[in-house]
Amino acid sequence: MTKVAMKVNGRQVSGEVEGRTLLVHFLRENLGLTGTHVGCDTTQCGACTIHMNGQAVKACTILAAQAEGTDIVTIEGIATGGELHPMQAAFKQHHGLQCGFCTPGMIMASIDIVNRHGSDLDEQTVRHELEGNICRCTGYHNIVKAVLAAAGAQEQRQAAE
Amino acid sequence: MYETNYHRPSSVEEAVSLVGSTESGKFLSGGMSLLPAMKQRLAAPSDLVDLRHVEEMKGITVNGREVRIGGAVTHFEIKNSDEIKSVCYGLHHMASVLGDPQVRYMGTIGGSVANNDPAADYPAAMIALDATIHTSKRAVKASEFFVGLLETVLDDDEIVTAVSFTAPEISGYEKFRNPASRYAMCGVFVAKTGSTVRVGVTGAGADGVFHWDEAAQALSANFAPDAVANLSVDPGGMLSDLHGSSEYRANLVKVMAKRAVASAK
Ligand SMILES: Cc1cc2nc3c(=O)[nH]c(=O)nc-3n(C[C@H](O)[C@H](O)[C@H](O)COP(=O)(O)OP(=O)(O)OC[C@H]3O[C@@H](n4cnc5c(N)ncnc54)[C@H](O)[C@@H]3O)c2cc1C
Ligand code: FES
Ligand code: FES
Repeated sequence: MTKVAMKVNGRQVSGEVEGRTLLVHFLRENLGLTGTHVGCDTTQCGACTIHMNGQAVKACTILAAQAEGTDIVTIEGIATGGELHPMQAAFKQHHGLQCGFCTPGMIMASIDIVNRHGSDLDEQTVRHELEGNICRCTGYHNIVKAVLAAAGAQEQRQAAE
Repeated sequence: MYETNYHRPSSVEEAVSLVGSTESGKFLSGGMSLLPAMKQRLAAPSDLVDLRHVEEMKGITVNGREVRIGGAVTHFEIKNSDEIKSVCYGLHHMASVLGDPQVRYMGTIGGSVANNDPAADYPAAMIALDATIHTSKRAVKASEFFVGLLETVLDDDEIVTAVSFTAPEISGYEKFRNPASRYAMCGVFVAKTGSTVRVGVTGAGADGVFHWDEAAQALSANFAPDAVANLSVDPGGMLSDLHGSSEYRANLVKVMAKRAVASAK
């Protein structure tokens, strides 16, 4: 067992882990942050997406020990006070979720996309960049609409509709 | 995943000696190939030696047309580099269609080259760019570095510290993705400097990445998609699996070569 310490959703945390403990298990089991999901064994579904030092990464394929000293943000850390993050609000408004299993990962990946592209985002870019996130329910159209809406890309949103 | 011990060295020298002192230790870069393999128990290294904090393996330098990319540089950093974009369109495009954004933030060029997955993208670029692979022990030409499926000349305690090449005048990369895994079922990288053309092919060959000599010759005479139209690839040397027969892949090589030439800049 080794000790790891990192910042999670603005709070300094630490814990005892095995060398093989995955970051997603540390978050879910040690910290009780079960909003980050595990949907596959092959690093393909993106349900476990979180931000590490400001970048969207798959917490199922990072060791807790690799995250030592980093700044982590999970789905639990993006709302402020009682108010949803604009991306969460857009998913709600545009019906970007059904069962909700993929949603935390979709939202964390989408925030990263908007951070990188700003309001220059177009539909094709959103679809290409959501390649690492799989949704079994929605057929993606409403997810794409939500991301474009959150990016403030009004014209492109109309084109996508 | 079996239990393992994690180490975080800060220099190449320290990393090499750490791996040497373990029972069956392995280097860990982005972990985007190694950790999925460990989760499936296809790999069970006693120790993992993390290379992501080794400063001397970071950074991209472009000096005129001479390019050097550190082994720990991520796919995202290559995609995000204006310098790479301006001197080598093909490599820049390759990095932007490799995996997904989350994988690109973690995965590294050193890890990809060392892993030599038969469907990985970079090996095709390294062959077509006639790149040099720099390791903790030596410098090897790409054509000698890649040996076979998941095999290179690397020793167990040898690190890919950087790759370097002279940027071509024109380059392009096109791949045909497996619709489920999104890995290349065939990817072709073309690079042209003066009248010399090189053609690297990944995803299709039964022995992994290869240089397609006939296409390079035909394209040297006439750099146009039509120049490869009359060539044929021997299905005997192609991979065959549930995703596609060797005949199918042989045809894909030609089609991807045409597309790579058409899109080259
Ligand atoms: C969902 C998904 C999609 C992907 N899609 C693609 C794709 O389209 N195209 C593609 O090319 N790849 C793809 N990959 C693989 C990805 O590019 C990996 O990042 C890459 O193949 C390995 O790099 P890494 O840094 O993650 O290496 P790791 O996984 O850390 O290591 C891989 C192997 O190389 C060794 N190693 C690592 N670094 C070094 C080094 N510097 N020197 C010597 N040995 C080293 C390790 O010991 C290990 O054996 C995908 C991966 C995933 C999970
Ligand atoms: S659980 Fe991480 S990608 Fe599927
Ligand atoms: S909403 Fe059910 S998996 Fe996406």
